[in-house]
Parts: sequence; structure tokens; C-alpha cells
Amino acid sequence: MAFRRRVERKRDGSFTIRLGDDERRLLGSLPGQLAALVDAEPEDPWLQRLFPTAYPKDPEREQEWRLLMSVDLHDRRRRQLATLAETASATSLTEEQLHTWSQALNDLRLYLGTRLDLSEETTDEDFADEDDRDLFILYSWLGFLQEETIEALSRAL
Amino acid sequence: MGGVATTAPVEVNQPDVEDVTVADVPWIVIVWNDPINLMSYVTFVLQKLFGYSKDKATALMLDVHQKGRAVVSSGTREEAEADVFRLHEHGLWATMEKDGVGGPGT
Repeated sequence: MAFRRRVERKRDGSFTIRLGDDERRLLGSLPGQLAALVDAEPEDPWLQRLFPTAYPKDPEREQEWRLLMSVDLHDRRRRQLATLAETASATSLTEEQLHTWSQALNDLRLYLGTRLDLSEETTDEDFADEDDRDLFILYSWLGFLQEETIEALSRAL
Repeated sequence: MGGVATTAPVEVNQPDVEDVTVADVPWIVIVWNDPINLMSYVTFVLQKLFGYSKDKATALMLDVHQKGRAVVSSGTREEAEADVFRLHEHGLWATMEKDGVGGPGT
């Protein structure tokens, strides 16, 4: 059975994106929701994987690092999420745009995965709560799209 | 006399040698395992950021996955910080420390 890739590298080095309207709507709205959370509550424990510790054994240097770097890291996150939202309906992306997609998709997965408290063995049957099950389905779909994105980008390396 | 002649240069040189040794201890950048980042993504990021071959990046990724951590780069503190920042930008769980600090060898 033929399987059409969602993300495919073209001869000219750009990438074809094949997604349904519902999928594109999600990619258009999810990044803004996460960016709003990052702006409103940067200390939220569910966001901790987006802003990891650099010096776990050295609190003084860690504080210095946070002062120097956290604004930059926030800006980068905001920009990569914005790029995903702005290009969610594009049928063709440059390599740079697709790379940014991979980062933004990963940001979304890090947030959802932390919120769902995932382990490597988690399946949707682990969630009794229907909302969490929906979030896990969303997380899995983002992972599928991320795999396609990485596979296409890796061919260009 | 001979003794003086041989010890004097050693005394002069000693502080230099120590300085060089301290400054030479590199900072290492460690990537830690986590259940969220895809194996393919970790490999891709290591290739992209450090220019590692697919084989080298895959071996490092497998170390992260199976042993829980891998040293992915080393250098001066500034270089290590730049690497940690780029890894954080890509969502990898990276930390840095002085080589040997808290390790099994100390």
C-alpha cells in the first residue's frame, strides 16, 4: 500500500508539506497557546523541560546563567513557535523553516509530555481521564509529524 | 651550586605549570536521557549542531538512551555554555560541569 509522506524533500532543496486542514489548524493554534503559557507563567513546573538547568551542581553559576540566558532562550522559543504558527498552512517550506518546525514541534511535545508525566512505556491506556487521553493522542500525533520532519531533514544533512 | 641551578628554574616554572593545568581542565557538556525527545531528533540535533557524522551522533544518542547520559562536547567554559544554550534551544536536556567533578574518578 502506498504511503505518502507528510514531509518530503524536493529536488530544489525545499520541502513539500502534506497535511489536512484540521492538522494545519492545530499547528496554527497550538504554538500561540504554548507561547502564552511561557509568557504568563515561565516558572510553571510543566514548562521546566523548556528551560532546563545548565549547572545542576552549582547554584551560584546557575543563577548567573539564568540571568544572562533566560531572556534569550525565551525569545528564541517565542520566535520558533511563531514561525510554526505563521507557516502552518504552507505547502512548501525552506530547510530553515522546517528546522524551526522541528524545534517548535519539540517544544510542544516537551510541554505535553511533562504535563502527562510520561515514561518511555506510556500508552493511551494509562490515562483514565478522557482529557489526558486526548492530550496523549495529540502528543503522539506531534511525535509522528516530528519523525517525518526529522527524516526529511536528515536526508538533507 | 649545581643543586641551586636545577631547583631555581623548577620554582619559577611551577606556578605556570599549575595555571596551565587548571585552565586546561575542560568543561564537558552532558546530554541526559528523557522519555520525550525522539531518538531520531537527538541524533539529528547532534549532527546539525556539532557536525558529527551520522554514526558518531547515533552512538552518542544510544549512550544517552541506554546509559542515561553522554558527554557530547567539551571546551572552555564559554564554549560549553554556547553549546548548552544551543542544545536547550533544541529542547535537549543538557548540563555542563568541569571534567572530573563528581565523576567516578574523583
